[in-house]
Amino acid sequence: MESRFPILAKTMLAPTIARVIVGAPLVARKARAGNFIIVRVTEAGERIPLTIVDADPAGGTITLIVQAVGKTTKLLCALQQGDVLRDVVGPLGNPTPIVGCGIVACVGGGVGTAELYPIARALHQAGTIVHAIIGARTRELVILEREMAACSTSLAVTTDDGSYGRRGVVTDALGDLLAGTPEVGAVYAIGPLVMMKAVVDLVRPLGLATYVSLNAIMVDGTGMCGGCRVTVNGQMKFACVDGPEFDGTAVDFDELIVRNRSYADLERIGDQRLTCELASAGTETR
Amino acid sequence: MTGVNTLRPAERLKIPRQQAIERPPEERCRTFQEVSLGFDEERALVEASRCLECKDAACVKGCPVNVDIRGFIELLLARDHLGAINRIREANALPAVCGRVCPQETQCELMCVLGKKYTPIAIGKLERFAADYEIRHGLLLPPPRAQPGGEQVAIVGSGPSGLACAADLARLGYRVTIFEALHAPGGVLRYGIPEFRLPREVLDLEIQRIEALGVEIVTNVVVGKTATIDELFEEWRFAAVYLATGAGTPHFMGIPGENLVGVYSANEFLTRVNLMQAHRFPDFDTPIKVGRTVAVIGGGNTAVDAVRTARRLGAQQAYLIYRRSRDEMPARREEILHAEEEGVRFILLTTPIRILGGPDNRVCGIECQRIALGEPDMTGRRTPMPIPGSEFILPVQTVIEAIGARVNPIIQTTTPGLESDARGTVVTDETKRTSRPGVFAGGDLARGGATVILAMRDGRVAAASIDEYLRARRQAAHPVGAAAGNVG
Repeated sequence: MESRFPILAKTMLAPTIARVIVGAPLVARKARAGNFIIVRVTEAGERIPLTIVDADPAGGTITLIVQAVGKTTKLLCALQQGDVLRDVVGPLGNPTPIVGCGIVACVGGGVGTAELYPIARALHQAGTIVHAIIGARTRELVILEREMAACSTSLAVTTDDGSYGRRGVVTDALGDLLAGTPEVGAVYAIGPLVMMKAVVDLVRPLGLATYVSLNAIMVDGTGMCGGCRVTVNGQMKFACVDGPEFDGTAVDFDELIVRNRSYADLERIGDQRLTCELASAGTETR
Repeated sequence: MTGVNTLRPAERLKIPRQQAIERPPEERCRTFQEVSLGFDEERALVEASRCLECKDAACVKGCPVNVDIRGFIELLLARDHLGAINRIREANALPAVCGRVCPQETQCELMCVLGKKYTPIAIGKLERFAADYEIRHGLLLPPPRAQPGGEQVAIVGSGPSGLACAADLARLGYRVTIFEALHAPGGVLRYGIPEFRLPREVLDLEIQRIEALGVEIVTNVVVGKTATIDELFEEWRFAAVYLATGAGTPHFMGIPGENLVGVYSANEFLTRVNLMQAHRFPDFDTPIKVGRTVAVIGGGNTAVDAVRTARRLGAQQAYLIYRRSRDEMPARREEILHAEEEGVRFILLTTPIRILGGPDNRVCGIECQRIALGEPDMTGRRTPMPIPGSEFILPVQTVIEAIGARVNPIIQTTTPGLESDARGTVVTDETKRTSRPGVFAGGDLARGGATVILAMRDGRVAAASIDEYLRARRQAAHPVGAAAGNVG
């Protein structure tokens, strides 16, 4: 019954962003672009959803890219090659429908670029012309630039502080792209909710299809808890089984933004406790 | 006439029904320790001596898996407690669970002839006593392992139905693998039923005992996603599959305000606590939030479990809002009484019409409407009819909806040729065969929301059908006296 999933390799893409390759043969052979897994790092840990960035069915591995923002993601980023994840289950959610034609824009914000990358790559491999835009707060948080460039016809990078690429946010670059390339027929946007909302607001008047991937709070990831419910077109949907990808123009982002902050205060407590634990562990070894 | 019981029937009638030992309400409503402590040996023996030893024991017919109730009570009286539990186990693979969670008052105890004029035998408590005796005395020995030589059978879902099916198939010599989507086995017994009704150690021991039969449980596999039914046959070489994934997808009422922060499905609320141990935050990482005042909507066991859990998580005031009357609540009687003792307030003949939120989008109240009961509907229960003008608002910070669940559609949508009805319930015949050869289904997945014991009965029926199916297949592959070359 012991089901542990080894970390076979780990590299830091940025000071707080890790790329982790995990042995999970059953997940690897079924993973498609857009799928996610639920991970539990430790026996006392919570279950969190993470996008499958890449999968190697032959080698039995999946790739995750994780930004250390809360307790669970910090724990995950602190693991090393040879450590194990307590539980991995998937692939969950509906894969992104990949249509091999036309011209699309793929917009990634922050660590959302990691979730966008497998979709952009699958679209590119299927023959779609991809124009990519990736944004981050600052230079060191820009990830997967080379990988995104390899599967796109054009790539724009934005940083909030102007330390790299264009100064500004992804919607600035997207506005220019759509103005200069009117043939773009669809937009894929993955990143923070406020970013996806801004993209949708920009694109809506143009009547383009806009796909977003929603990272709602969930427990089981199989439709059992209903915690990940989102309002799409005025109807209740579960992000885990009805999504995670939805038509962005129909999503009630404001509601989801509030819902995703449901536990913000408790998450801080867990996070502080981890910081204390790590600090005291540090002093003990000294 | 075996004559273990020396009392004459008239004397037996005079003995009152024995009461289980219980933790006092004021002590228990802040902890997750088990509420009922069951019978000690003395009470068990007195209670067992009330049995009239009916020749044609009606109680046995009232049990969905036909436990030999009369027989095990007689063994208890003879102080052969181990004999008693083994007798129960012939029909029921999870006696320590069923002794605690079965609705005995509508099953075996309803049929007990004593109940007609007096009070029925406390069959559930006696079953629990026998099961606990075995555990307490470390007698829970691994049962004899059957010689595994049979075909491989896959069971999808490790809830009561899957476990019961697995136990029977393993005893018949099949190699059984149970696939569980979550990280721990037990299904609803793990994520749904709270520890104060079913301690985790008891559940773990019961499951370990089924594993000791040679059953393998593989967690973290979502059949339909991680592997499809077709792949289980073609790549994993299973000869038959039993689907028992339950009814795990929560219903929501469809009233305004359900997506406010502070509204939970009972599934989520109970899963966070039972499976994820949110009540032990921050020692465990999963958070949960309960306001000072909590409203739970529904009248079934899940609703009562949720409202009692909310009390234990610190709710000062916990309401249970149900649209019919107390007598019509589907929950187990004992749990309703326990909830009342623990200070839960029942708001009956009432239905919520709107959840109210503050400017921060958090729940701040629930608007309800009074209900009058009309004519009986098709199920025989009177139809609730809202009374116009009777609306009122309860200030609450947390709302938990426990109005039922439907089946999870993952398997039906990934299995070509598997017939299900409009609600997604998998269609089976009475032997639990589905429209796909070699695929069987039971429990809530095939019957809609029901009880642990009915799910277990389905598991047992399915096990017998699977055995029959595989025997027939073997027979067809190697027909006795068939000419060589005619095989397959």
